[in-house]
Amino acid sequence: MKKYSLNMLLIVFAIGLLFAAHFRIIDSYIQIVVMTIGINIMMSTSLNLVNGNMGEFTCGHAAFMCIGAYISSILSVFCFGTKFGAPLLPAASVVIVFPIILLIGGAVAALSSLLVSVPSFKTRDDYLAIISIAVNYMIISAIENMDFVGGSRGFQGMKDTVWAMIDIFDGPWMLFWVINFTVFTVWVIRRFISSTYGKGVNAICQDEVAAEIMSVNTNKIKIINFMVAAGLAGCAGGLYAHIIGYVNPQSFNILKSTEAMVMVYLGGMGSLSGAIISAVIFTGLLEVLRSQAIVDGLLSPITFMFPDWEPSAGVIKWVMIPLLLVIVMQFRPEGIMGNRELGDVFPKLKKFYRFK
Amino acid sequence: MPSRFQRFTKENPVDFIIQNVLNALQWGSFYALIALGYTLVYGVLRLINFAHGDIFMVGAYISFFVAGFLLGPIVGLSPVMAFVVTVPLTMALTSLVGVTLERIAYRPLRRKGAHRLYVVITALMCGLILEYSNLALLGASRLKFPELIEKQIWNLGGVTLTNLKVMVIVAAILVFLFLQWVVTRTRVGMAMRAISYDKFAIPLMGIPIDSIIVVTFILGSGFAGLAGLLFAMSYPVLEPFMGMLIGWKAFIAAVVGGIGDIKGAFVGGFLLGFIEVGVVSVFPSTYRDLFAFTILLLILWMKPSGLFGIPQSTKI
Repeated sequence: MKKYSLNMLLIVFAIGLLFAAHFRIIDSYIQIVVMTIGINIMMSTSLNLVNGNMGEFTCGHAAFMCIGAYISSILSVFCFGTKFGAPLLPAASVVIVFPIILLIGGAVAALSSLLVSVPSFKTRDDYLAIISIAVNYMIISAIENMDFVGGSRGFQGMKDTVWAMIDIFDGPWMLFWVINFTVFTVWVIRRFISSTYGKGVNAICQDEVAAEIMSVNTNKIKIINFMVAAGLAGCAGGLYAHIIGYVNPQSFNILKSTEAMVMVYLGGMGSLSGAIISAVIFTGLLEVLRSQAIVDGLLSPITFMFPDWEPSAGVIKWVMIPLLLVIVMQFRPEGIMGNRELGDVFPKLKKFYRFK
Repeated sequence: MPSRFQRFTKENPVDFIIQNVLNALQWGSFYALIALGYTLVYGVLRLINFAHGDIFMVGAYISFFVAGFLLGPIVGLSPVMAFVVTVPLTMALTSLVGVTLERIAYRPLRRKGAHRLYVVITALMCGLILEYSNLALLGASRLKFPELIEKQIWNLGGVTLTNLKVMVIVAAILVFLFLQWVVTRTRVGMAMRAISYDKFAIPLMGIPIDSIIVVTFILGSGFAGLAGLLFAMSYPVLEPFMGMLIGWKAFIAAVVGGIGDIKGAFVGGFLLGFIEVGVVSVFPSTYRDLFAFTILLLILWMKPSGLFGIPQSTKI
């Protein structure tokens, strides 16, 4: 029972969510929010692998998301869309081919992570931070200069794939894929971190020189770790592109990377459950503060004194969230969970589930 | 912006090169002025102050309001006098902003012994707060900076030179020499270098570590304010996100020069300016970022600790 309790809970939750979405119990806005939460969980847990578990400091995670999004969008338009001519594959095969497309996008993103991981052999910390920022800018700038994917105007046409899936069965397909890939991401990361390689990753975080003396092949582990993280971020990017139906290089700029970093450090470095919790909280906050009524209510004492000032929720949101984070950092400088998992914080929970 | 730069047409190629070198020197000066602030704070605290680009933006806005106030009906100074008063006032007010950030956001974290990266994230958040609170308070309308110094254009045989351009370049060089003097020749500078050498032994030697850090922030933010003023005078349109891209680029310039080293930041800033203007003068301007960052990445691949940085040895 203990062995399967978490899996059962997840399956029941996922099926409940899908049924609710299918029978319109939750409207499409809530569905979008749930899918954004899923994508943010993928982003924060995969960045946590590099910034938390390995203790490196990379700030260009959105670059890999960008590559995954573009590669999978181009492939899906080639296979099922009409933008580049007739579709290559019959529309009936979309259910099998779509996850493969996402995984290919992730694989290409993983390959591109060599741009960051090879310099990381020789350098750490702030120099690696700068290399990752430079890679982020480079990739955005390179895509902006590619005219066949629309350049800075963006790229669209991925909705054809989603509609091909809806033609087969009229249901919440994207929600289904987001749930699957989120669970897949968390599972892969958990298995990776508890494997021998994962022990090597933690050893590099503690002391790189000592790890090397203890016969840890640091270069190999760094490459693998960066590749896993970037590949999962690439899958997240592919899902994001298919949900929105439109990608633009500027939506993967340094602000997106900052969001991922905030989620990692809010949750606590190296804590998988912390990364998940903080992704949920952060996305929830972003959505709650999007409503103008709530922001007006929060700011009513100030607007009462200065009636001329009309703050817009979209701007105030980005003042309040960083402010909240700075305050959280002052009281809990190690993040919500520190570097512990949920089971370590509440030991009684360990009786009820096992998480492998 | 560089896209406005004179393109190679029918002119003399030598004039074209000199003109572009001058433009590169001007852009390099802005990058160098901001990179110096990054490198000062980094050299002492080993903290990447990601809010620095936004302090530059705040400096530009402060100089706008100060200049508007001094030119306005209450004070009513002549433009030249207003400029003379604006420079120190802007620097002082901007450094006040920098010190406030240090006091309320970074120092408590440092006292608690938080992980270095959490302080970096706090700095990033402070930058976002500065940007968006500016947007919320002043709105998205762009402000037009008043003309303080009458623009003089000197034409030296095909090469055009404005007095502002000369002023920016001279200011960057003077600031570099001043900071180099402070860091290498004065007692405060000695204390700064000592803190960066060993943060735990230095308080035992009777050096007030917090006041030295405040001095560092005053110097760094003050010169960011100066850069903001000069930038606003050269490109007189202000917007809340003007500090973001230039700040990140200046940080990259500081790292390429070898972060923590005054000379490195200066050289890195000018290097970035030359690369950008060089790319724009040959290729379409959309390729600027791509080439600039690729070249910087290659430099960091060859020399992982920057041009002047000393590789950190790991103790076993």
